[in-house]
Amino acid sequence: MIIAWTFDAILAIIVLAVAGWTIAARDTFAAVIGFVAYGLLLALVWVRLAAPDVALTEAAIGGGMTGVLLLVAVARLRAAQAAAAAETPGAALRLVAGGGCAVIAAALAASVLLLSDPAPTLAPAAAANLPQTGLGNPITGVLLAYRALDTLLEKVVLLLALLGVWSLAPDRLWGGLPGLKRHARGDDPLVFLARLLPPVGIVIGVYLLWVGADDPGGAFQGGAILAAMWILALMAGLIDAPPVSRRWLRLVLVAGPVVFFAIGLAGFPLAGAFLAYPEAYAKPLIIIIEVVLTLSIAAILGLLVAGPPERAPPPP
Amino acid sequence: MSLALDIFTVLAVSAGAFFFLAGTVGLLRFPDALTRLHALTKADNLGLGLVVLGLLPLADGALGALKLIVVWLFVLLAGATVSQLLARVAQRVGPSR
Repeated sequence: MIIAWTFDAILAIIVLAVAGWTIAARDTFAAVIGFVAYGLLLALVWVRLAAPDVALTEAAIGGGMTGVLLLVAVARLRAAQAAAAAETPGAALRLVAGGGCAVIAAALAASVLLLSDPAPTLAPAAAANLPQTGLGNPITGVLLAYRALDTLLEKVVLLLALLGVWSLAPDRLWGGLPGLKRHARGDDPLVFLARLLPPVGIVIGVYLLWVGADDPGGAFQGGAILAAMWILALMAGLIDAPPVSRRWLRLVLVAGPVVFFAIGLAGFPLAGAFLAYPEAYAKPLIIIIEVVLTLSIAAILGLLVAGPPERAPPPP
Repeated sequence: MSLALDIFTVLAVSAGAFFFLAGTVGLLRFPDALTRLHALTKADNLGLGLVVLGLLPLADGALGALKLIVVWLFVLLAGATVSQLLARVAQRVGPSR
């Protein structure tokens, strides 16, 4: 008991310290490293709060994927660092921004501390109705049955983010290949890792997707690991990203949200509401959605890291 | 038997923690990038290896034990690759820091 309490207290202090350090760091690269460490520590916090699903997502997305995105951004911003420093707002504006953040943090803390005890919860109702979905993991039940609309919109937001990245490409490169060409060198340790890891990583990604029905895991965690394997092979130069104008690539990207939406619309005639599943087919439908979503998520996350098109499209 | 296993666990995990401590001290105290990497690999490889070894008797069946060992092997692979990459950059940048 006392050991667990001490561990939690130390963890909380370290998380706060790393968060403070990340904000205070002068060097953007150091700040990103701090942010990645913060994400991994936060995953530990979620484990301590008995939320392994959130912990997996935090480690994969908050620590891993966002960290890579920010590192790429740092590398791109290096050339513009002097110009950015010249445009840094003055002390007064920064003081106001800091004060606004402090007020929001205080309001959040107050609303958490002032929650009625016991806090209002829908957990018993969610657990009681879980058998109807055929699922064993209540998190997946919430994500794909009770609050399926949120999950659907979340995937649309991911697509919009990718469109935002692509729209940074100049007109003549539109539809071209993302990122710069990398050449694999035989003596590069990254090439070695990129040959060794993907077979295992793909199995783990599919496993996380599959156990998501009954245990911690699911489409997002599985998709993030699949994306990481793709990015690893891209970074090592073993494969090249496809031109973003490819029809099959765009089909993979939209397949997840489109299938989700179509099954949701089918809910009107079959079950009487948008995104309602007919009870006998709830689990197979949810699995179909999860599989297609995983593919789309993996492709979207990989292309987000690959960045906007930087090479002209090949002649059609 | 169970007492002996508990003692084994405590000893192995403590030894692992010691290597993590030594690796961290080395990271903070060693003069250049290559020696600091050398210190870190001791924490990753040996420290985590001993922690995993100590936790094996507590593992959830044979499958759980296998998962622990696989986690250690992946950390070995990732640690070795990343330190090679870092060492390469350190060599290119030069010994100035």
